[in-house]
Amino acid sequence: MEYQAKQLFAKHGVATTLGVVVETAEAAKAAAEEMGGVTVIKAQVKAGGRGKAGGVKLAKTADEAYLHASNILGMEIKGLTVNRVLVTPATPPEEEYYFSFLLDRSNRQYLCIASVEGGVEIEEVAKTNPDAVKQIGIDPGKGVDETKAREIATEAKFPEPVFEQAVELIQALYKTFVEEDATLVEVNPLARLAGDKLEALDGKVSLDDNASEVRHPDHEEFEIREETDPLEAKAKDLGLNYVKLDGQVGIIGNGAGLVMSTLDVVAYAGAAHGGVKPANFLDIGGGANAQVMANGLDVILNDDQVKAVFVNVFGGITACDEVAKGIVGALDILGDEATKPLVVRLDGNNVDLGRQILNERNHPLVTVVETMDGGADKAAELANA
Amino acid sequence: MSIYLNKDSKVIVQGITGGMGAKHTALMLDSGAQIVGGVNARKAGTTVTHKDHEGNDVELPVFGTVAEAMEKTGADVSVAFVPPAFTKDACIEAIDAEIPLLVVITEGVPVQDTAEVWAYLQGKKTRMIGPNCPGIITPGESLAGITPHTITGKGPVGLVSKSGTLTYQMMYELRDFGFSTAIGIGGDPIVGTTHIDALQAFQDDPETEVIVMIGEIGGDAEERAAAYIKENITKPVVGYVAGFTAPEGKTMGHAGAIVSGSAGTAQAKKDALEAVGVKVGKTPSETAALARELLQSR
Repeated sequence: MEYQAKQLFAKHGVATTLGVVVETAEAAKAAAEEMGGVTVIKAQVKAGGRGKAGGVKLAKTADEAYLHASNILGMEIKGLTVNRVLVTPATPPEEEYYFSFLLDRSNRQYLCIASVEGGVEIEEVAKTNPDAVKQIGIDPGKGVDETKAREIATEAKFPEPVFEQAVELIQALYKTFVEEDATLVEVNPLARLAGDKLEALDGKVSLDDNASEVRHPDHEEFEIREETDPLEAKAKDLGLNYVKLDGQVGIIGNGAGLVMSTLDVVAYAGAAHGGVKPANFLDIGGGANAQVMANGLDVILNDDQVKAVFVNVFGGITACDEVAKGIVGALDILGDEATKPLVVRLDGNNVDLGRQILNERNHPLVTVVETMDGGADKAAELANA
Repeated sequence: MSIYLNKDSKVIVQGITGGMGAKHTALMLDSGAQIVGGVNARKAGTTVTHKDHEGNDVELPVFGTVAEAMEKTGADVSVAFVPPAFTKDACIEAIDAEIPLLVVITEGVPVQDTAEVWAYLQGKKTRMIGPNCPGIITPGESLAGITPHTITGKGPVGLVSKSGTLTYQMMYELRDFGFSTAIGIGGDPIVGTTHIDALQAFQDDPETEVIVMIGEIGGDAEERAAAYIKENITKPVVGYVAGFTAPEGKTMGHAGAIVSGSAGTAQAKKDALEAVGVKVGKTPSETAALARELLQSR
């Protein structure tokens, strides 16, 4: 979110005004009074197009700040409820620029995108005047030092009065990108304020989850949990890679590719069974044990929309007997509460043991199938019953 | 023949004493691969004992560095099973030692670390596969990674895939034909060996007659591969793309598998591949059927 991005900017010396984040209209009013003068009230959600949705308003007085904040708080922007607003002094820019560093996966390096013609309308500028949007590749081994920052500022044509500030800001922003392990740091608009002061008026930072896990324990605070789906929150607590979708066939598999493929195969099979669709994405990952499998089932069986479950595992690191134990264990714990049919397809590492465990338990809700296509068809049929 | 890996490949394991390293060293030995030792700076001078594929004990030396392991064993392949926080250093060590092939299995490597390793690799002698990949298997000859070696044997199909489990699924679907080499390049945003690299290698490999290429949503690797196929690949290619039903803007596990906007969707990738004459299946089994047709009409 914007205020979080600004906190990271400030930490690394990118010129910005933090403002005050509040959760009530009263607090917004108090903040506006404290600042005096004209303020901006901005909805804080992880979505673009906040202005268009009515989530950004100018307030001339503290009472206006109260009014706008009470309207914005609780509004929905792209399906996300606004629980916080940011109050900042209104600083009308004389010019707006765009600046970002991002991961350029196609070229396996970093990329800097800069434009001094239009900030927030950058997509429009890119279409109508692509030459005004400079793209400069960054070698991850060399990074951005002062010399490189000067090169970028020159190529982007930052005007003379703010040129030196741009050189500073480019270095500070690159520092943010690298030290926070971001995949994107974007300043939009980068504003030239009265008195030729350069400042990040709004921004966005995307962090690399892998890096946050490995070396940024402090990134946990940026995660705002209240806005996620309750099942997704539960899955996250259990350490599962789960995405809730709108369908009837619960899916569990190992490996993102195979699970995505299973979603596709179930969707195709569903066309012949009343149009049932996959209810979720759930990847138990490599080397999952029985507990992980049982946790996965626990999440999926608690999805009221789910009518049947398809477990599709091709064991590489994952052992099929562990998967089978997880299924049997979860069903035994649930006892009579388990009512949804399970279709299970196992292949690969320890498949014979896995199938043997399922066959011996011979649970009335479990159907063991031989193939992925067969399993998808059976699960779709059961979900439509 | 095969690509990148064959029966003469001498493989060392970086992280041979760790849980994953030990388990998969045993499985690689069981496949018949020549595993000649391992690396762990803190356990240099010790040995680890595993069974080879005939059930005999083999004692593998643990070295302090990749360079020393190469010098003492003649190793030309390293498989890295090191934790994500140490992967960058392990890669740089292997690159400095000029190992010809480095296979990085580790999942969860910070992407900026991979970006730095890739930059460091430029102009050096190492080919890197991965990270976050199942590695490479030349059935009946060698295995450098975690692909189950029991799925199928040697044959005329060359397989390159982003996803590990879809690699296994496709090998299983076409197990009656077998594979020259199957390579999982990994699903991370930056990987060392791309679809294009593998396509060219299969093109140059006389044993490979049909190439199967598996992609998934996110990025533009498949679109770039399509453009490359048009200009450079004359062998028949069959494609599969996972993620047709994935909703926009949701990350589906792999750091790479995210759809945003129109570019990177499964449909866009399928269209790009079909435009250059690649037959694309809607499911793994349909893809296998397309490959089967080509194999039977040889």
